[in-house]
Amino acid sequence: MMAFDQETLRLLLGIFGLLSFASLVVFLLRSRIKSKAGVSTLQNLSARIKAWWIMTVIFVFAMLTGGTGSVVLFALISFLALREFITLTPTRKADHRSLFWAFFIIIPYQYFLVGTQYYGMFSIFIPVYAFLFIPIQSLKGEDYERFLERTAKIQWGLMICVYCASHAPALLMLKIPNFSGQNAKLLFFLVLVVQLSDVFQYVFGKMLGRTPIMPKISPHKTVEGFVGGIVAATFIGSSLWWLTPFTVWQAAGMAFLIAMLGFFGGATMSAIKRDRGVKDYGNLIEGHGGMLDRIDSLCFAAPVYFHLIRFYST
Amino acid sequence: MIAKIIVQLTRFLCGANVRWLGCEPRDHQRIYFANHTSHLDFLVIWSALPISLRNKTRPVAARDYWLAKPWRRYLAEHVFHAVLIERHKIPAPDSPDNPLNIMLAALKKKFSLILFPEGSRNVEEEMQSFKSGLYHLAKAVPGVELIPVYLENLSRILPKGEFLPVPLIGSITFGPAMALGSQETKADFLNRCRHAIKSLEDL
Repeated sequence: MMAFDQETLRLLLGIFGLLSFASLVVFLLRSRIKSKAGVSTLQNLSARIKAWWIMTVIFVFAMLTGGTGSVVLFALISFLALREFITLTPTRKADHRSLFWAFFIIIPYQYFLVGTQYYGMFSIFIPVYAFLFIPIQSLKGEDYERFLERTAKIQWGLMICVYCASHAPALLMLKIPNFSGQNAKLLFFLVLVVQLSDVFQYVFGKMLGRTPIMPKISPHKTVEGFVGGIVAATFIGSSLWWLTPFTVWQAAGMAFLIAMLGFFGGATMSAIKRDRGVKDYGNLIEGHGGMLDRIDSLCFAAPVYFHLIRFYST
Repeated sequence: MIAKIIVQLTRFLCGANVRWLGCEPRDHQRIYFANHTSHLDFLVIWSALPISLRNKTRPVAARDYWLAKPWRRYLAEHVFHAVLIERHKIPAPDSPDNPLNIMLAALKKKFSLILFPEGSRNVEEEMQSFKSGLYHLAKAVPGVELIPVYLENLSRILPKGEFLPVPLIGSITFGPAMALGSQETKADFLNRCRHAIKSLEDL
Protein backbone atom coordinates (compact mmCIF):
# COMPACT_ATOMS: atom_id res chain seq x y z
CA MET A 1 0.00 0.00 0.00
CA MET A 2 1.31 3.38 -0.97
CA ALA A 3 0.25 6.56 0.78
CA PHE A 4 -0.34 9.59 -1.40
CA ASP A 5 1.68 12.69 -0.63
CA GLN A 6 0.23 16.14 0.04
CA GLU A 7 0.27 17.19 -3.60
CA THR A 8 -1.48 14.07 -4.85
CA LEU A 9 -4.14 14.43 -2.19
CA ARG A 10 -4.72 18.01 -3.21
CA LEU A 11 -5.06 16.86 -6.82
CA LEU A 12 -7.52 14.10 -5.89
CA LEU A 13 -9.59 16.59 -3.94
CA GLY A 14 -9.69 18.71 -7.08
CA ILE A 15 -10.66 15.79 -9.34
CA PHE A 16 -13.44 14.54 -7.09
CA GLY A 17 -14.60 18.12 -6.59
CA LEU A 18 -14.79 18.54 -10.37
CA LEU A 19 -16.74 15.30 -10.78
CA SER A 20 -19.15 16.29 -8.01
CA PHE A 21 -19.63 19.65 -9.68
CA ALA A 22 -20.34 17.95 -13.04
CA SER A 23 -22.85 15.59 -11.43
CA LEU A 24 -24.53 18.54 -9.70
CA VAL A 25 -24.82 20.47 -12.98
CA VAL A 26 -26.44 17.50 -14.71
CA PHE A 27 -28.79 17.09 -11.76
CA LEU A 28 -29.86 20.74 -11.93
CA LEU A 29 -30.23 20.70 -15.70
CA ARG A 30 -32.49 17.67 -15.55
CA SER A 31 -35.52 19.67 -14.40
CA ARG A 32 -34.88 22.54 -16.85
CA ILE A 33 -34.29 20.80 -20.16
CA LYS A 34 -37.39 19.57 -21.93
CA SER A 35 -36.56 19.44 -25.67
CA LYS A 36 -36.03 15.99 -27.12
CA ALA A 37 -32.49 16.62 -28.43
CA GLY A 38 -31.58 18.27 -25.15
CA VAL A 39 -32.80 15.31 -23.10
CA SER A 40 -30.83 12.85 -25.20
CA THR A 41 -27.65 14.95 -24.93
CA LEU A 42 -28.20 15.18 -21.19
CA GLN A 43 -28.65 11.41 -20.93
CA ASN A 44 -25.40 10.83 -22.77
CA LEU A 45 -23.66 13.40 -20.59
CA SER A 46 -25.03 11.81 -17.45
CA ALA A 47 -23.86 8.34 -18.58
CA ARG A 48 -20.43 9.76 -19.38
CA ILE A 49 -20.08 11.40 -15.99
CA LYS A 50 -21.18 8.23 -14.23
CA ALA A 51 -18.55 6.30 -16.19
CA TRP A 52 -15.98 8.95 -15.24
CA TRP A 53 -16.73 8.37 -11.57
CA ILE A 54 -16.19 4.64 -11.95
CA MET A 55 -13.02 5.01 -14.03
CA THR A 56 -11.58 7.57 -11.60
CA VAL A 57 -12.24 5.40 -8.57
CA ILE A 58 -10.68 2.34 -10.26
CA PHE A 59 -7.66 4.35 -11.38
CA VAL A 60 -7.08 5.96 -7.97
CA PHE A 61 -7.48 2.62 -6.26
CA ALA A 62 -4.91 1.03 -8.60
CA MET A 63 -2.50 3.87 -7.90
CA LEU A 64 -2.96 3.39 -4.15
CA THR A 65 -1.65 -0.15 -4.38
CA GLY A 66 1.64 1.21 -5.71
CA GLY A 67 3.28 -0.02 -8.88
CA THR A 68 1.66 -3.44 -9.13
CA GLY A 69 -1.90 -2.17 -9.20
CA SER A 70 -1.19 0.28 -12.02
CA VAL A 71 0.64 -2.35 -14.05
CA VAL A 72 -2.21 -4.85 -13.66
CA LEU A 73 -4.79 -2.20 -14.47
CA PHE A 74 -3.05 -1.17 -17.68
CA ALA A 75 -2.48 -4.81 -18.66
CA LEU A 76 -6.22 -5.34 -18.38
CA ILE A 77 -6.88 -2.14 -20.35
CA SER A 78 -4.53 -3.37 -23.11
CA PHE A 79 -6.25 -6.74 -23.15
CA LEU A 80 -9.70 -5.20 -23.57
CA ALA A 81 -8.49 -2.69 -26.16
CA LEU A 82 -6.68 -5.28 -28.27
CA ARG A 83 -9.73 -7.48 -28.10
CA GLU A 84 -11.87 -4.68 -29.51
CA PHE A 85 -9.28 -3.88 -32.17
CA ILE A 86 -8.88 -7.45 -33.41
CA THR A 87 -12.63 -8.07 -33.31
CA LEU A 88 -13.07 -5.21 -35.73
CA THR A 89 -10.27 -6.08 -38.13
CA PRO A 90 -10.82 -9.31 -40.03
CA THR A 91 -8.15 -11.98 -39.65
CA ARG A 92 -8.24 -15.52 -40.98
CA LYS A 93 -8.14 -18.89 -39.36
CA ALA A 94 -4.41 -19.17 -40.01
CA ASP A 95 -3.82 -16.26 -37.65
CA HIS A 96 -5.42 -18.03 -34.72
CA ARG A 97 -2.20 -19.12 -33.05
CA SER A 98 -0.60 -15.70 -33.51
CA LEU A 99 -3.61 -14.12 -31.86
CA PHE A 100 -3.41 -16.55 -29.00
CA TRP A 101 0.20 -15.51 -28.48
CA ALA A 102 -0.69 -11.85 -28.68
CA PHE A 103 -3.34 -12.08 -25.96
CA PHE A 104 -1.91 -14.60 -23.58
CA ILE A 105 1.87 -14.34 -23.92
CA ILE A 106 2.81 -10.96 -25.38
CA ILE A 107 0.50 -8.78 -23.24
CA PRO A 108 1.43 -10.43 -19.91
CA TYR A 109 5.14 -10.43 -20.78
CA GLN A 110 5.18 -6.77 -21.83
CA TYR A 111 3.58 -5.78 -18.53
CA PHE A 112 5.85 -8.13 -16.63
CA LEU A 113 8.73 -6.13 -18.12
CA VAL A 114 7.07 -2.90 -16.98
CA GLY A 115 6.55 -4.32 -13.51
CA THR A 116 10.15 -5.51 -13.18
CA GLN A 117 11.40 -2.23 -14.67
CA TYR A 118 13.54 -3.92 -17.31
CA TYR A 119 13.73 -0.93 -19.65
CA GLY A 120 16.09 -2.47 -22.22
CA MET A 121 13.69 -5.29 -23.02
CA PHE A 122 10.48 -3.35 -22.44
CA SER A 123 11.36 -0.85 -25.14
CA ILE A 124 12.12 -3.39 -27.87
CA PHE A 125 10.16 -6.53 -27.05
CA ILE A 126 7.13 -5.74 -29.22
CA PRO A 127 8.79 -3.66 -32.01
CA VAL A 128 11.51 -6.28 -32.54
CA TYR A 129 10.68 -9.72 -31.18
CA ALA A 130 6.89 -9.75 -31.39
CA PHE A 131 7.07 -7.96 -34.74
CA LEU A 132 9.13 -10.74 -36.28
CA PHE A 133 7.50 -13.57 -34.39
CA ILE A 134 3.91 -12.85 -35.47
CA PRO A 135 4.41 -13.50 -39.23
CA ILE A 136 6.55 -16.56 -38.47
CA GLN A 137 3.78 -17.98 -36.30
CA SER A 138 1.16 -17.18 -38.97
CA LEU A 139 3.15 -19.09 -41.61
CA LYS A 140 2.08 -22.31 -39.94
CA GLY A 141 -1.47 -21.76 -41.16
CA GLU A 142 -0.33 -22.36 -44.78
CA ASP A 143 -2.50 -19.52 -46.00
CA TYR A 144 -1.01 -16.69 -48.06
CA GLU A 145 -4.26 -14.85 -48.72
CA ARG A 146 -3.96 -11.19 -47.60
CA PHE A 147 -0.88 -12.22 -45.63
CA LEU A 148 0.71 -8.79 -45.36
CA GLU A 149 -2.60 -7.18 -44.43
CA ARG A 150 -3.39 -9.74 -41.74
CA THR A 151 0.08 -9.61 -40.23
CA ALA A 152 0.12 -5.81 -40.27
CA LYS A 153 -3.20 -5.66 -38.48
CA ILE A 154 -2.02 -7.82 -35.61
CA GLN A 155 1.24 -5.89 -35.37
CA TRP A 156 -0.58 -2.58 -35.39
CA GLY A 157 -3.01 -3.75 -32.73
CA LEU A 158 -0.10 -4.82 -30.55
CA MET A 159 1.78 -1.56 -31.07
CA ILE A 160 -1.17 0.72 -30.28
CA CYS A 161 -3.08 -1.24 -27.67
CA VAL A 162 -0.17 -2.87 -25.85
CA TYR A 163 3.17 -1.23 -26.60
CA CYS A 164 1.99 2.38 -26.62
CA ALA A 165 -0.44 1.95 -23.73
CA SER A 166 2.23 0.25 -21.60
CA HIS A 167 4.28 3.47 -21.62
CA ALA A 168 1.78 5.00 -19.19
CA PRO A 169 2.54 2.69 -16.23
CA ALA A 170 6.18 2.57 -17.42
CA LEU A 171 6.46 6.17 -16.18
CA LEU A 172 6.84 4.61 -12.74
CA MET A 173 10.21 3.14 -13.75
CA LEU A 174 11.86 6.44 -14.69
CA LYS A 175 14.62 7.56 -12.34
CA ILE A 176 14.35 11.33 -12.11
CA PRO A 177 16.76 13.24 -9.83
CA ASN A 178 15.03 14.82 -6.79
CA PHE A 179 11.74 13.16 -7.71
CA SER A 180 12.19 9.57 -6.55
CA GLY A 181 9.10 7.83 -5.24
CA GLN A 182 6.84 10.46 -6.78
CA ASN A 183 6.53 9.15 -10.34
CA ALA A 184 2.87 8.30 -9.84
CA LYS A 185 2.23 12.03 -10.16
CA LEU A 186 3.65 11.96 -13.70
CA LEU A 187 1.09 9.30 -14.57
CA PHE A 188 -1.70 11.37 -12.98
CA PHE A 189 -0.56 14.39 -15.00
CA LEU A 190 -0.62 12.43 -18.27
CA VAL A 191 -3.98 10.77 -17.73
CA LEU A 192 -5.58 13.94 -16.42
CA VAL A 193 -4.39 16.17 -19.27
CA VAL A 194 -5.21 13.64 -21.98
CA GLN A 195 -8.70 12.92 -20.65
CA LEU A 196 -9.54 16.56 -19.84
CA SER A 197 -8.42 17.50 -23.32
CA ASP A 198 -10.94 14.97 -24.68
CA VAL A 199 -13.63 16.31 -22.36
CA PHE A 200 -12.99 19.95 -23.28
CA GLN A 201 -12.91 19.14 -26.98
CA TYR A 202 -16.33 17.54 -26.50
CA VAL A 203 -17.66 20.45 -24.40
CA PHE A 204 -16.36 23.19 -26.72
CA GLY A 205 -17.48 21.22 -29.73
CA LYS A 206 -21.02 20.90 -28.34
CA MET A 207 -21.21 24.56 -27.33
CA LEU A 208 -19.45 26.41 -30.14
CA GLY A 209 -18.75 23.76 -32.77
CA ARG A 210 -19.49 25.04 -36.30
CA THR A 211 -16.60 24.25 -38.62
CA PRO A 212 -15.76 20.60 -39.17
CA ILE A 213 -12.04 19.93 -38.98
CA MET A 214 -11.95 16.57 -40.77
CA PRO A 215 -15.51 16.11 -42.05
CA LYS A 216 -14.96 12.71 -43.61
CA ILE A 217 -12.94 11.00 -40.93
CA SER A 218 -14.57 12.38 -37.82
CA PRO A 219 -17.66 14.46 -38.60
CA HIS A 220 -18.23 15.51 -34.98
CA LYS A 221 -14.78 17.01 -34.50
CA THR A 222 -14.78 20.76 -35.06
CA VAL A 223 -12.12 23.47 -35.26
CA GLU A 224 -13.76 25.22 -32.30
CA GLY A 225 -13.73 22.02 -30.22
CA PHE A 226 -10.13 21.31 -31.20
CA VAL A 227 -8.81 24.78 -30.35
CA GLY A 228 -10.87 25.05 -27.17
CA GLY A 229 -9.81 21.59 -26.01
CA ILE A 230 -6.12 22.09 -26.70
CA VAL A 231 -6.02 25.55 -25.10
CA ALA A 232 -7.93 24.37 -22.04
CA ALA A 233 -5.73 21.27 -21.64
CA THR A 234 -2.55 23.34 -22.00
CA PHE A 235 -3.80 25.79 -19.42
CA ILE A 236 -4.78 23.05 -16.98
CA GLY A 237 -1.46 21.28 -17.53
CA SER A 238 0.55 24.41 -16.82
CA SER A 239 -1.48 25.09 -13.69
CA LEU A 240 -0.58 21.62 -12.45
CA TRP A 241 3.18 22.21 -12.70
CA TRP A 242 3.54 21.78 -8.90
CA LEU A 243 2.63 18.12 -9.39
CA THR A 244 5.62 17.46 -11.66
CA PRO A 245 9.35 18.07 -11.89
CA PHE A 246 8.62 20.56 -14.70
CA THR A 247 8.62 24.35 -14.57
CA VAL A 248 5.36 26.16 -15.44
CA TRP A 249 6.44 26.60 -19.06
CA GLN A 250 7.67 23.02 -19.39
CA ALA A 251 4.39 21.79 -17.95
CA ALA A 252 2.49 23.93 -20.48
CA GLY A 253 4.61 22.54 -23.32
CA MET A 254 4.11 18.96 -22.18
CA ALA A 255 0.36 19.44 -21.79
CA PHE A 256 0.15 21.02 -25.24
CA LEU A 257 2.04 18.10 -26.76
CA ILE A 258 -0.05 15.52 -24.90
CA ALA A 259 -3.29 17.18 -26.01
CA MET A 260 -2.16 17.44 -29.65
CA LEU A 261 -1.05 13.82 -29.80
CA GLY A 262 -4.25 12.82 -28.05
CA PHE A 263 -6.29 14.61 -30.68
CA PHE A 264 -4.46 12.91 -33.53
CA GLY A 265 -4.68 9.56 -31.74
CA GLY A 266 -8.44 9.87 -31.51
CA ALA A 267 -8.68 10.95 -35.15
CA THR A 268 -6.47 8.08 -36.36
CA MET A 269 -8.50 5.47 -34.53
CA SER A 270 -11.64 7.15 -35.91
CA ALA A 271 -10.36 6.69 -39.45
CA ILE A 272 -10.00 2.96 -38.79
CA LYS A 273 -13.50 2.79 -37.32
CA ARG A 274 -15.00 4.62 -40.31
CA ASP A 275 -13.27 2.26 -42.70
CA ARG A 276 -14.80 -0.69 -40.85
CA GLY A 277 -18.20 1.03 -40.82
CA VAL A 278 -18.69 1.40 -37.08
CA LYS A 279 -18.99 4.35 -34.71
CA ASP A 280 -17.46 2.84 -31.59
CA TYR A 281 -15.04 0.02 -30.88
CA GLY A 282 -17.40 -1.47 -28.34
CA ASN A 283 -20.01 -0.78 -25.69
CA LEU A 284 -18.00 -1.53 -22.58
CA ILE A 285 -18.20 1.93 -21.02
CA GLU A 286 -21.65 3.50 -21.09
CA GLY A 287 -21.75 6.79 -23.01
CA HIS A 288 -18.15 6.44 -24.14
CA GLY A 289 -18.22 3.37 -26.40
CA GLY A 290 -15.49 0.80 -25.95
CA MET A 291 -12.21 0.74 -24.08
CA LEU A 292 -10.30 1.72 -27.21
CA ASP A 293 -12.57 4.74 -27.74
CA ARG A 294 -11.56 5.96 -24.30
CA ILE A 295 -7.81 5.30 -24.50
CA ASP A 296 -6.99 6.04 -28.15
CA SER A 297 -5.67 9.49 -27.26
CA LEU A 298 -3.68 8.12 -24.33
CA CYS A 299 -2.02 5.52 -26.57
CA PHE A 300 -0.61 8.22 -28.83
CA ALA A 301 0.44 10.57 -26.04
CA ALA A 302 2.01 8.12 -23.58
CA PRO A 303 5.14 6.97 -25.48
CA VAL A 304 6.17 10.47 -26.58
CA TYR A 305 5.59 11.88 -23.10
CA PHE A 306 7.57 8.99 -21.60
CA HIS A 307 10.55 9.46 -23.89
CA LEU A 308 10.64 13.24 -23.58
CA ILE A 309 10.79 12.97 -19.80
CA ARG A 310 13.37 10.22 -20.07
CA PHE A 311 15.48 12.29 -22.47
CA TYR A 312 15.43 15.54 -20.52
CA SER A 313 15.17 14.44 -16.91
CA THR A 314 17.15 11.28 -16.39
CA MET B 1 -21.61 -25.21 -9.78
CA ILE B 2 -19.70 -26.40 -12.84
CA ALA B 3 -22.49 -25.02 -14.99
CA LYS B 4 -22.17 -21.58 -13.37
CA ILE B 5 -18.41 -21.49 -13.93
CA ILE B 6 -18.83 -22.51 -17.56
CA VAL B 7 -21.49 -19.83 -18.11
CA GLN B 8 -19.33 -17.08 -16.61
CA LEU B 9 -16.24 -18.25 -18.48
CA THR B 10 -18.11 -18.34 -21.77
CA ARG B 11 -19.51 -14.87 -21.20
CA PHE B 12 -16.06 -13.49 -20.38
CA LEU B 13 -14.33 -15.22 -23.25
CA CYS B 14 -16.87 -14.35 -25.89
CA GLY B 15 -17.61 -10.79 -24.85
CA ALA B 16 -21.23 -11.73 -24.13
CA ASN B 17 -22.88 -9.40 -26.58
CA VAL B 18 -26.49 -10.64 -26.55
CA ARG B 19 -29.32 -9.05 -28.54
CA TRP B 20 -32.96 -10.05 -28.56
CA LEU B 21 -34.50 -8.61 -31.73
CA GLY B 22 -38.13 -9.42 -32.36
CA CYS B 23 -38.44 -11.89 -29.51
CA GLU B 24 -38.06 -11.83 -25.75
CA PRO B 25 -36.39 -14.32 -23.41
CA ARG B 26 -39.73 -15.64 -22.13
CA ASP B 27 -40.93 -18.96 -20.88
CA HIS B 28 -42.34 -20.59 -23.99
CA GLN B 29 -41.29 -23.90 -25.49
CA ARG B 30 -38.90 -23.17 -28.33
CA ILE B 31 -36.42 -24.58 -30.78
CA TYR B 32 -33.43 -22.26 -31.13
CA PHE B 33 -31.66 -22.92 -34.42
CA ALA B 34 -28.35 -21.31 -35.33
CA ASN B 35 -25.42 -21.22 -37.73
CA HIS B 36 -22.64 -23.54 -36.64
CA THR B 37 -18.95 -22.67 -36.86
CA SER B 38 -17.41 -23.47 -33.49
CA HIS B 39 -17.59 -25.71 -30.45
CA LEU B 40 -18.55 -22.60 -28.55
CA ASP B 41 -21.83 -22.15 -30.41
CA PHE B 42 -24.19 -24.04 -28.16
CA LEU B 43 -22.31 -22.87 -25.07
CA VAL B 44 -22.86 -19.27 -26.10
CA ILE B 45 -26.58 -19.72 -26.75
CA TRP B 46 -26.95 -21.71 -23.55
CA SER B 47 -25.06 -19.06 -21.53
CA ALA B 48 -27.05 -16.23 -23.09
CA LEU B 49 -30.35 -17.63 -21.79
CA PRO B 50 -31.55 -16.53 -18.36
CA ILE B 51 -31.09 -19.34 -15.85
CA SER B 52 -34.81 -20.15 -15.60
CA LEU B 53 -34.93 -20.78 -19.35
CA ARG B 54 -31.52 -22.47 -19.44
CA ASN B 55 -32.73 -25.16 -17.08
CA LYS B 56 -35.51 -26.01 -19.52
CA THR B 57 -33.34 -25.92 -22.64
CA ARG B 58 -31.29 -28.79 -23.98
CA PRO B 59 -28.68 -28.66 -26.72
CA VAL B 60 -28.86 -31.28 -29.45
CA ALA B 61 -25.36 -32.70 -29.92
CA ALA B 62 -23.44 -35.51 -31.61
CA ARG B 63 -23.52 -38.74 -29.66
CA ASP B 64 -20.18 -40.07 -31.00
CA TYR B 65 -18.31 -36.93 -29.95
CA TRP B 66 -19.80 -36.39 -26.51
CA LEU B 67 -19.60 -40.01 -25.38
CA ALA B 68 -16.02 -40.55 -26.59
CA LYS B 69 -14.28 -39.35 -23.41
CA PRO B 70 -15.40 -39.71 -19.76
CA TRP B 71 -15.20 -35.97 -19.07
CA ARG B 72 -17.18 -35.17 -22.19
CA ARG B 73 -19.79 -37.69 -21.21
CA TYR B 74 -19.99 -36.13 -17.74
CA LEU B 75 -20.44 -32.63 -19.18
CA ALA B 76 -23.03 -33.75 -21.70
CA GLU B 77 -25.07 -35.77 -19.24
CA HIS B 78 -24.79 -33.83 -15.99
CA VAL B 79 -23.99 -30.24 -16.92
CA PHE B 80 -25.55 -29.51 -20.31
CA HIS B 81 -28.17 -32.27 -20.20
CA ALA B 82 -27.58 -32.63 -23.92
CA VAL B 83 -29.90 -34.51 -26.23
CA LEU B 84 -27.44 -36.84 -27.93
CA ILE B 85 -28.14 -38.07 -31.43
CA GLU B 86 -26.43 -40.44 -33.85
CA ARG B 87 -24.81 -38.78 -36.88
CA HIS B 88 -23.39 -41.65 -38.90
CA LYS B 89 -25.25 -44.96 -38.71
CA ILE B 90 -28.68 -43.47 -38.34
CA PRO B 91 -31.19 -45.91 -36.80
CA ALA B 92 -34.44 -46.64 -38.67
CA PRO B 93 -37.28 -44.06 -38.44
CA ASP B 94 -39.37 -46.31 -36.22
CA SER B 95 -36.55 -46.97 -33.75
CA PRO B 96 -36.61 -44.91 -30.51
CA ASP B 97 -32.92 -44.16 -31.20
CA ASN B 98 -33.70 -42.37 -34.44
CA PRO B 99 -32.51 -38.72 -34.00
CA LEU B 100 -35.94 -37.34 -34.74
CA ASN B 101 -37.61 -39.56 -32.14
CA ILE B 102 -35.02 -38.63 -29.51
CA MET B 103 -35.61 -34.92 -30.14
CA LEU B 104 -39.39 -35.39 -30.14
CA ALA B 105 -39.18 -37.24 -26.82
CA ALA B 106 -37.35 -34.27 -25.29
CA LEU B 107 -39.92 -31.87 -26.74
CA LYS B 108 -42.72 -33.98 -25.32
CA LYS B 109 -41.17 -33.49 -21.88
CA LYS B 110 -41.63 -29.74 -22.48
CA PHE B 111 -37.96 -28.97 -22.99
CA SER B 112 -36.75 -26.34 -25.44
CA LEU B 113 -33.97 -27.39 -27.85
CA ILE B 114 -30.85 -25.81 -29.30
CA LEU B 115 -30.28 -27.14 -32.80
CA PHE B 116 -27.72 -26.62 -35.54
CA PRO B 117 -29.47 -27.52 -38.80
CA GLU B 118 -26.22 -27.40 -40.77
CA GLY B 119 -25.33 -30.66 -39.03
CA SER B 120 -21.63 -30.15 -38.50
CA ARG B 121 -19.40 -27.13 -37.98
CA ASN B 122 -18.94 -25.03 -41.05
CA VAL B 123 -15.50 -23.85 -42.18
CA GLU B 124 -16.63 -21.81 -45.18
CA GLU B 125 -17.80 -18.21 -45.14
CA GLU B 126 -21.25 -19.12 -46.46
CA MET B 127 -23.68 -21.17 -44.35
CA GLN B 128 -24.20 -24.77 -45.49
CA SER B 129 -27.63 -26.03 -46.52
CA PHE B 130 -29.91 -27.20 -43.72
CA LYS B 131 -30.65 -30.81 -42.89
CA SER B 132 -34.31 -31.72 -42.83
CA GLY B 133 -34.67 -32.42 -39.07
CA LEU B 134 -35.86 -28.90 -38.36
CA TYR B 135 -38.69 -29.31 -40.88
CA HIS B 136 -39.87 -32.60 -39.40
CA LEU B 137 -39.83 -31.18 -35.89
CA ALA B 138 -41.74 -28.08 -37.00
CA LYS B 139 -44.34 -30.32 -38.55
CA ALA B 140 -44.63 -32.71 -35.58
CA VAL B 141 -44.89 -30.03 -32.88
CA PRO B 142 -46.56 -26.97 -34.41
CA GLY B 143 -47.03 -25.16 -31.06
CA VAL B 144 -43.31 -24.80 -30.49
CA GLU B 145 -41.76 -21.44 -31.49
CA LEU B 146 -38.84 -21.61 -33.90
CA ILE B 147 -36.26 -18.95 -33.04
CA PRO B 148 -33.49 -18.16 -35.54
CA VAL B 149 -30.18 -17.33 -33.84
CA TYR B 150 -27.22 -15.69 -35.52
CA LEU B 151 -23.79 -16.26 -34.01
CA GLU B 152 -21.01 -13.92 -35.05
CA ASN B 153 -17.24 -14.20 -34.63
CA LEU B 154 -17.28 -17.44 -32.68
CA SER B 155 -15.35 -19.19 -35.42
CA ARG B 156 -12.60 -16.65 -34.82
CA ILE B 157 -12.64 -17.26 -31.08
CA LEU B 158 -12.36 -21.03 -31.42
CA PRO B 159 -12.19 -22.29 -35.02
CA LYS B 160 -12.69 -25.90 -35.96
CA GLY B 161 -9.53 -27.87 -35.27
CA GLU B 162 -8.11 -25.49 -32.62
CA PHE B 163 -8.26 -26.01 -28.89
CA LEU B 164 -6.96 -22.69 -27.55
CA PRO B 165 -9.53 -19.90 -27.63
CA VAL B 166 -8.72 -16.29 -28.50
CA PRO B 167 -10.86 -13.85 -26.49
CA LEU B 168 -12.48 -11.74 -29.21
CA ILE B 169 -15.91 -10.20 -28.90
CA GLY B 170 -18.62 -12.46 -30.24
CA SER B 171 -22.23 -11.57 -30.59
CA ILE B 172 -25.43 -13.53 -30.51
CA THR B 173 -28.70 -12.31 -32.00
CA PHE B 174 -32.08 -13.88 -31.38
CA GLY B 175 -34.62 -13.17 -34.15
CA PRO B 176 -38.42 -13.19 -34.35
CA ALA B 177 -40.24 -16.52 -33.91
CA MET B 178 -41.15 -18.53 -37.01
CA ALA B 179 -43.56 -21.37 -37.78
CA LEU B 180 -44.09 -23.79 -40.65
CA GLY B 181 -46.65 -22.52 -43.17
CA SER B 182 -49.59 -24.84 -43.91
CA GLN B 183 -48.77 -25.12 -47.64
CA GLU B 184 -45.01 -24.77 -47.31
CA THR B 185 -42.76 -27.44 -48.84
CA LYS B 186 -39.73 -28.80 -47.05
CA ALA B 187 -37.24 -27.07 -49.35
CA ASP B 188 -39.03 -23.70 -49.10
CA PHE B 189 -39.25 -23.90 -45.33
CA LEU B 190 -35.59 -24.82 -44.82
CA ASN B 191 -34.58 -22.07 -47.19
CA ARG B 192 -36.70 -19.55 -45.31
CA CYS B 193 -35.11 -20.62 -42.00
CA ARG B 194 -31.65 -20.28 -43.45
CA HIS B 195 -32.44 -16.79 -44.72
CA ALA B 196 -33.93 -15.85 -41.35
CA ILE B 197 -30.52 -16.42 -39.77
CA LYS B 198 -28.72 -14.61 -42.55
CA SER B 199 -30.99 -11.58 -42.29
CA LEU B 200 -29.99 -11.17 -38.62
CA GLU B 201 -26.42 -10.68 -39.77
CA ASP B 202 -27.11 -7.17 -41.06
CA LEU B 203 -29.21 -5.92 -38.15
